[in-house]
Amino acid sequence: MTEMQSEPSSPYGSKAFEGPVFRKKRDVPDGLWMRCAGCEGMLYRKAVAENLMVCPECQCHFRMGAAERISQLTDPDTFEELFTDIAPADPLEFHWLGKSYADRLREEQAKTGNIEAIKTGVGFIKGRRVALGVMDGEFLMGSMGSVLGEKLSLLTEEAASQNLPLIVVCMSGGARMHEGALSLMQMAKTSAALARFDDAGGLYISVLADPTTGGTTASFAMLGDIIIAEPGALIGFAGQRVIANTIKAELPDGFQRAEFLLEHGFIDMIVHRKDLRSELARLIDYCGE
Amino acid sequence: MAKTNSAAEGYVLPFEKPIMHLQRQIAELEASQVQAGRDYSSEIRQLRSQFVSLLKKTYQNLSAWETVQVARHPARPLASDYIETMAKNFVELHGDRRYADDKAIRCGLARVGTEKVVLVAQQKGRDTREKIACNFGCAHPEGYRKALRAMRLGEKFHLPIVCLIDTQGAYPGIGSEERGVAEAIAVNLMEMSRLRTPIVCVVIGEGGSGGALGIGVGDRIAMLEYAFYSVISPEGCAAILWRTGEKAPEAAQAMKMTARDLKALDVIDDIVPEPLGGAHRNPAESAHNLERHIVRTLRELKRIDPEAILKHRYERWRRMGKVIRVEGSPSADQA
Ligand SMILES: [Zn+2]
Repeated sequence: MTEMQSEPSSPYGSKAFEGPVFRKKRDVPDGLWMRCAGCEGMLYRKAVAENLMVCPECQCHFRMGAAERISQLTDPDTFEELFTDIAPADPLEFHWLGKSYADRLREEQAKTGNIEAIKTGVGFIKGRRVALGVMDGEFLMGSMGSVLGEKLSLLTEEAASQNLPLIVVCMSGGARMHEGALSLMQMAKTSAALARFDDAGGLYISVLADPTTGGTTASFAMLGDIIIAEPGALIGFAGQRVIANTIKAELPDGFQRAEFLLEHGFIDMIVHRKDLRSELARLIDYCGE
Repeated sequence: MAKTNSAAEGYVLPFEKPIMHLQRQIAELEASQVQAGRDYSSEIRQLRSQFVSLLKKTYQNLSAWETVQVARHPARPLASDYIETMAKNFVELHGDRRYADDKAIRCGLARVGTEKVVLVAQQKGRDTREKIACNFGCAHPEGYRKALRAMRLGEKFHLPIVCLIDTQGAYPGIGSEERGVAEAIAVNLMEMSRLRTPIVCVVIGEGGSGGALGIGVGDRIAMLEYAFYSVISPEGCAAILWRTGEKAPEAAQAMKMTARDLKALDVIDDIVPEPLGGAHRNPAESAHNLERHIVRTLRELKRIDPEAILKHRYERWRRMGKVIRVEGSPSADQA
C-alpha cells in the first residue's frame, strides 16, 4: 500500500479539510417517520425508539442523546447524576463570522436541555453499581471541551474512591476548536486520571458509539481495559476527508468502522445494543470488584 | 549551525520584506564602499541600527498568523539541527520492535550540557528526500510506540526524558489508522503521565494537535518564543468554521496558539527566548537558549523527590482547562 503519492506534499495543507466528503450524511428528519441510513427504508419513529434506536429491519444503530442512553443502560430510577454544577466557560472569548462561542453554548444548551456534551453519575446495571459517563453527540457534535475533561476526571476519581467499575460511552466529533489548546489538553488530563485508576486496579470499560473520532479516540476511548463498539460505528483518529485528501484516493469500504477495528485488533468486541446491558454485567462479574 | 538549503535562505516572509530591504541596502553600501574606496561607515551604522530596531519592533508585535509563518519558516532549525548542536554523543535508537522505524520521531541517548537524557524528537525533514522519508514530520503509530519504548528505557535506567515537539500532526493515512494511531497516542498520554522519571517537553516549531501531545505530557512544558501549539491547524479550523482555509489568519488569532497566549492560559510553563528576528536568523543562539532551558529545568526537577514529581505532574495536568462552577441546580441559561 502506498500512502505517499509521486507528488510530495504535506498532509496538512490548506486543502486537506476542504475536499469531498466520502461519508453519507445520516438523514433523520423530524416527525413521525424517519429514513434508515442503513437500508434506506421508512421507519415509524416510535417503533425505532421502542427498539433501542435500532432499525428493526437492518439493525442499523442510530445515534442518540445521553439521557436516552442512560435510561437504556441503567436499571430504572437508579441513575444519580453527579457534577452537574460544572458548566462551560468561554476562556478564549472565541469569535468567528460574527458569532461567539458563548452564544453558541447558550444555543446548544437551549436546544438540548443539557449543559454540556457529557452526563456523569452513578447507577446500577442489572444490579451492579457502576460509575457511568455518557457523551452526548447532540451537543456541539459531542466535542471535547474543558467540561468534558473535568467531569470525566472527577468521575474517574469517584470510581476509584468508591471502588466502582467505570463505564464511559463515547460519541464524539473530536476536539472543541472554540477552546483551542485547552480542549487538546483534556486528552492528557483524562488519560492521567485513567492511569491512576488503572494503578488502583479499577475496571474501565469504554463503549464506542457512532461516531468516536479525533482526540476522544486518541485518549480515553482507546484506554479501556475492555473496549466494546456498537455495530457499524465510525471509530478513528483522522477525519475521512483529511485522509482522502492526503492519499488522493477514495477510502476503502468499511474503513474506520467498528468491524474494521475488530479485524485490525483494536477493540475487544462488537455488541448489539440489545445485549449491551447483559454484556457489561457479565464483564463486571469477571473483572469488577 | 543549521543546514539550510539555498531556497530556504532566500525565503522571505511577507511581513519581513521591509527588513530585507534594509538588509539589502546595507549590503549594497558595503559593496560600493569596497569598490569605490569611499567611507560609508556612518551611513552603514545608521542603517544597521534602523535594521535592528525594525527587526525588534516587527518581532515584538507578530500577529498569531505571522508567528505561524515563522514557526514554519523553511530555514527554521529542526530537531536534527538541535540534536547536532546541543546533544553530545548522541546514540540513536531505532524502531518500535513491532512494525517499523518511523523517521518522523527520532529517539536516542544523549548528553545535554552535563545531563544524560533520553531524547525524543519530531523531525520534519529539510530537503525533499528527507521530508518524504519522515513524512513531513507526521508520525505513524510506530513512531509513538518507538518513543514510548525509548522513554521506558529512561525510566528503567533513571535517565530524564527530553521531548522536542515539531509536527503538523500524526499522519492521516490508511496504514496509520489500520495500525491504531489513536491507540498509540492514547497509550503514550497515559504512560507519560506516570513514567517514574522527569520529563521535559519543548515545542520547537509546530505543535500540531494530538500528534504533538503524543510526546508532550511531562513535568514542564515549554515553547520556543515563536512556536505555536494548537488543537487543529489554523487552516483546518478556518475551513470548518469560516468555510474557507483562506481565513487561517483569523483562526490563528481566535484559537490563541502562541507561546504568550498559552502561558497566560497556563497550558505551558515556560517560554524559551529566540534570537532577535527568530530562530532561523541564528540557529546556534537558539540551540544555546534551548540547551540552557533544558539543563536548568532538569536540575530543578532532579532536586525533587520522585514521588513528589509524579504527584505534581498529576496535579499539573489535572488542572488543565477552564470551567465555571454554578451554585445549586444548574440551568441552561447559565454561562
Ligand atoms: Zn435499516
